[in-house]
Amino acid sequence: MPLYNQPSPLETRVVSKNFGLPDSHRLDTYLAHDGFKAFHKARQMTPDAIIEEVKTSALRGRGGAGFPTGLKWSFVPRNSPKPRVIVINADESEPGTCKDRLLMEYDPHQMIEGILIAGLAVDAHVGYIYTRGEYRYLIEIMDDALAEAYAKGYLGKNIAGTGWDFDLYTHSGAGAYECGEETALLDSLEGKRGIPRMKPPFPAVAGAWALPTLLNNVETFSAIPPIIRDGGAAFAALGTPKNGGTRLLCISGHVNKPGVYELPLGFPMLKAIYEVAGGIPGGKKLKAVVPGGSSCPLLRADECDIPMDYDTLAKVGSMLGSGGMVVMDETTDMVRVALRIMRFYAHESCGWCIPCREGTTWLRKILQRYCDGQGRREDIALLGELSKNMLGRTFCALGDAAALPTISIVEKFTEDFEKYLAAREMVAV
Amino acid sequence: MTFSPQLEQRFAKMLTLYPPGRKRSAVVPMLIYAQDEVGAVTKELIDEVARRCGVTPLQVDEVVGYYSMLHRKPLGKFHVQVCTNISCLLVGGEELYEHAKKKLGIGHREVTPDGQFSLEEVECIGACSWAPAIEINYDFHHFVTPEKLDQLIDGLRKAQ
Repeated sequence: MPLYNQPSPLETRVVSKNFGLPDSHRLDTYLAHDGFKAFHKARQMTPDAIIEEVKTSALRGRGGAGFPTGLKWSFVPRNSPKPRVIVINADESEPGTCKDRLLMEYDPHQMIEGILIAGLAVDAHVGYIYTRGEYRYLIEIMDDALAEAYAKGYLGKNIAGTGWDFDLYTHSGAGAYECGEETALLDSLEGKRGIPRMKPPFPAVAGAWALPTLLNNVETFSAIPPIIRDGGAAFAALGTPKNGGTRLLCISGHVNKPGVYELPLGFPMLKAIYEVAGGIPGGKKLKAVVPGGSSCPLLRADECDIPMDYDTLAKVGSMLGSGGMVVMDETTDMVRVALRIMRFYAHESCGWCIPCREGTTWLRKILQRYCDGQGRREDIALLGELSKNMLGRTFCALGDAAALPTISIVEKFTEDFEKYLAAREMVAV
Repeated sequence: MTFSPQLEQRFAKMLTLYPPGRKRSAVVPMLIYAQDEVGAVTKELIDEVARRCGVTPLQVDEVVGYYSMLHRKPLGKFHVQVCTNISCLLVGGEELYEHAKKKLGIGHREVTPDGQFSLEEVECIGACSWAPAIEINYDFHHFVTPEKLDQLIDGLRKAQ
């Protein structure tokens, strides 16, 4: 069964437009459907003009942080005596997120074209696709796509007769959520444990092997060909101001039609749940939503009547994150959810920063105690206090990513903790 | 220590992909591909990877402990990885994992006595919209029910 959905009128298919074509992973198919038109157009543009076009598109990083892509590209020093490197973050590991799989499986050449255009923009001639080890089948698909592109002159020396060279390789990780964090990823790429680096210097200046490095997510690179082909303004117009284009939204949890859907930025969240994803099974009520991967503060049902773009989500105290939207119905036990989220972060903390390493473990123990029926009333405040002590006190965002959803669950769903206390008191009586 | 011709070819290419003097970059991919062939990250393999990448065995050893897919002891021929993270949890992932434990008679990171199966409760494998999901070795299986899991395991047993 394919991972993409039958086209729906509710979707706006831009980066996913080729999904469903026969042999969509083949270069010939891609070339027959606008493939490499953007590359040839970019060849006629100056690097500054390419970066300007990406800025105009209002594309923001699709990995999670949502940083403006054009601005990130402009930070890479093209006049550096050191060669520039491009790194593709295909370490998709944020719980709730499963979109990069589709882009690599069904349209690998679109991503390759996006990487080449980035190469033109920052004057780089080599790229590494860092893919999580569990995605071996995608590494194989990508290796085949790279071999095909090399064989047909779309990678290597003198690309498409332009006299311009670019080499692109896959690189396998081996199981570590932390390596999705860009500086930890770079350490991993260098053959080390994936430990985050102190910033500055930022990767744009000193990244992989201390070379100037441009690092973006799979979906970010995949959005580049349509932006250059049809113009940044057209892409921007699909979304809301400063939130350009579409994004692949991964809907999971308690919905009738879970799936990965391409929706414009600013798409109403409730419409995504009830129309795109077919609503909640059994007609149950909505209780909570993880808007963009498990690192995001959860929203209560009454907070979900909002358009989904980076700025609106920030305004309601959460994040659009990586596009992993997890829907929870009224029967969901939020204490169990908090425990499962914390078990994840405690497992994945790299151990470098003490507030994260100790904090996630303590929080996991307290939440486990709760789920085991041994929770104490004072634990509710303790969970919040411990979490808040982690915020902003770590090298990378993993500490915050563990603390933020916990704080939101403790504050917004206190009644679920109360239920455990009531059950315990009844046993005691 | 030598590997299959295909793997030797892969490793020879791998050592040329990185900037000059940066062979250490091949450590993690070399370990995972070699583990697939050898069965586990043994002391001998650590020394071999260190030699090929021009680093000390300690620099390889410290990496092994960090990455969850690297194992010092052999796993089963079929490594069953059940995701119980948030999206899977909501639609029966934990129950599926409990079922797998019973079906195989083993727990987390344990191997059946005949060496055919091993089990691991894993973190998000990127199959959230098709949950609950499992991975057997590198093959994804989506919308897995206890019955479907039984069929998969019985099918693999029979194929032996």
